[in-house]
Amino acid sequence: MIKLTKAQYIEAYRQMLLIRRFEERCGQLYGAGQIAGFCHLYIGQEAVISGISLAKKPQDHTITSYRDHGHIIAAGIDPKFVLAELTGRASGCSKGKGGSMHMFDPEHNFHGGHGIVAAQVPIGTGIAFAEKYKGTDALCFTFFGDGAAHQGQVYEAFNMAKLWNLPVIYVLENNEYAMGTSVARAAGMTDLWRRGESFGIPGKQVDGMDIEAVYSAVMEATAYVRAGNGPILLEMKTYRYRGHSMSDPAKYRSKEEVEEYKEKRDPIERLRKIILENKYAGEDALKAIDKEVKDIVVEAAEFAVSEPEPDLSELYTNVYV
Amino acid sequence: MRTITVREALREAMREEMIRDPNVFLMGEEVAEYQGAYKVSQGLLDEFGPKRVIDTPITEHGFAGIGVGAAFGGLKPIVEFMTFNFAMQAIDQIINSAAKTHYMSGGLIKCPIVFRGPNGAAARVGAQHSQNYAAWYGHIPGLKVIAPYSAEDAKGLLISAIRDPNPVVFLEHELVYGYSFDMPDDVGPIEIGKGRVVRSGNDVTITAFSLQVKLALEAAEILAGQGIDAEVIDLRTIRPLDADLINESVRKTNRLVNVDEGWFFGGVAASISAIVMRDSFDFLDAPVENVTAKDVPLPYAANLEKAALPSVEEVVEAVKKVCYR
Repeated sequence: MIKLTKAQYIEAYRQMLLIRRFEERCGQLYGAGQIAGFCHLYIGQEAVISGISLAKKPQDHTITSYRDHGHIIAAGIDPKFVLAELTGRASGCSKGKGGSMHMFDPEHNFHGGHGIVAAQVPIGTGIAFAEKYKGTDALCFTFFGDGAAHQGQVYEAFNMAKLWNLPVIYVLENNEYAMGTSVARAAGMTDLWRRGESFGIPGKQVDGMDIEAVYSAVMEATAYVRAGNGPILLEMKTYRYRGHSMSDPAKYRSKEEVEEYKEKRDPIERLRKIILENKYAGEDALKAIDKEVKDIVVEAAEFAVSEPEPDLSELYTNVYV
Repeated sequence: MRTITVREALREAMREEMIRDPNVFLMGEEVAEYQGAYKVSQGLLDEFGPKRVIDTPITEHGFAGIGVGAAFGGLKPIVEFMTFNFAMQAIDQIINSAAKTHYMSGGLIKCPIVFRGPNGAAARVGAQHSQNYAAWYGHIPGLKVIAPYSAEDAKGLLISAIRDPNPVVFLEHELVYGYSFDMPDDVGPIEIGKGRVVRSGNDVTITAFSLQVKLALEAAEILAGQGIDAEVIDLRTIRPLDADLINESVRKTNRLVNVDEGWFFGGVAASISAIVMRDSFDFLDAPVENVTAKDVPLPYAANLEKAALPSVEEVVEAVKKVCYR
């Protein structure tokens, strides 16, 4: 087990709380009509991206699906530009042209934000290909969900990633439901971490609700990939508290199931307990972080609803370089 | 001046750009050790090695997506499809990922990639291997679409496509690969988005692209013998279309025939008809005629296949119709 440092525990707490408060605010703004369209919240899954962002190096890349708010915030952008994208404003990270599912921050090596289920898997593999071609030691964290795990292009990418030993870590965020379809209703063999075996890609299942487990597994995986061994697959067992998107009342699962996760396995509560029990920080210090995060989100929301919409002339820009 | 095949011209373009820019690489099925299914990439593996000339498994959707990722990552991929018929497996990556991401990211992400390979009907290979995709890709904002005929245009436009910072779909033609053309010794980049008048005339304008330029020129020769002086425009680029050149020609000849190997509905010829009606209606002395593929999947039998595709005779007849002859 590779342990986090005291400072990393605090940083993880701050980031996971920021993502959660940000997503809660998104839900409110959606209800208020300020955010429209498809909007997929990351609440419950925060330990996955935070554990990875602690383990990755600045030169490493990340790419994910449409459930991308947490990933772009973890990459390092000021959250107010993410929220301004959600409200469709000119100062949004995609100038208001992408929306919830299409966020990008190439300055921090975050490549989206992709709306077609699993399309980001070959793309992330290609980003890893580019790094190997250029001879760097950077790798690409390529995220996808348990639903995307059934798309053919995932396995086309797996095959070439192993064939060419590309520096890619596939992060399968198994939140148990592909929209309304549980893993067991979609797969004959539900050990998704084994899905790379026939391609020669080793896999590991990780408790994605446990920041320590995520961090340790990812540290081991990065060492394996950076040593030139080619790709690896990490199945992060996690859970989303909200529906698939804002229009989903989530009637395909029981209230008891959701409550079980929230009360007993919540990644932020677990981390909070670890910090307090080990005295990495006291209640007052955590309260100060709570307030700091709250202020960031409040400020971001004020920014996002007060910024102007894109100028109509932007309709025709960025079609071509 | 020298004589060269289109196949060799395309190879020269890739070779010269690979020498010029170390980030340019070629990937696709059988491009390396097999030397290319149609021998377009012959010799490139020996010269540039397996790092830059890469055989892929048969996995179009996957390697198109990997190419897009490599372009996002700063490389300049040339992705060869053995034929564009197989690229339908990959069309989601070409359209949703390559063409749209620059716009969706507010200009942050660039995708400098070339998707190239033979397009359209070859000879006697049946419906699944004989489709023309010019209209499919031409429909998409964010893509540039090129379909050259001559060796010089093939080379110059492929050089431009590789250097272009946008995703480019480069449609070649299996039957044209072996055609020989006179070509200047030194061919540089040719501007994308410009058509070319390949035969000047005053009585009627004929537009065509790729192999259909040959039909248009042959028809023009026959028509000349009948006292009709046809102007032939090789479109060269489908998107952006050189509407200015077409309108200028129609305003001179007052008559238009479009030749398109694809189907009429939603097609390139249909779009040109609409553009000319919008821009040059008052100059037209006859309704625009279109010679396109018949509205059927391409059949195998020799006589049926011939009947399904545009012919020189049909172009001649269409021209006579718009000339009221």
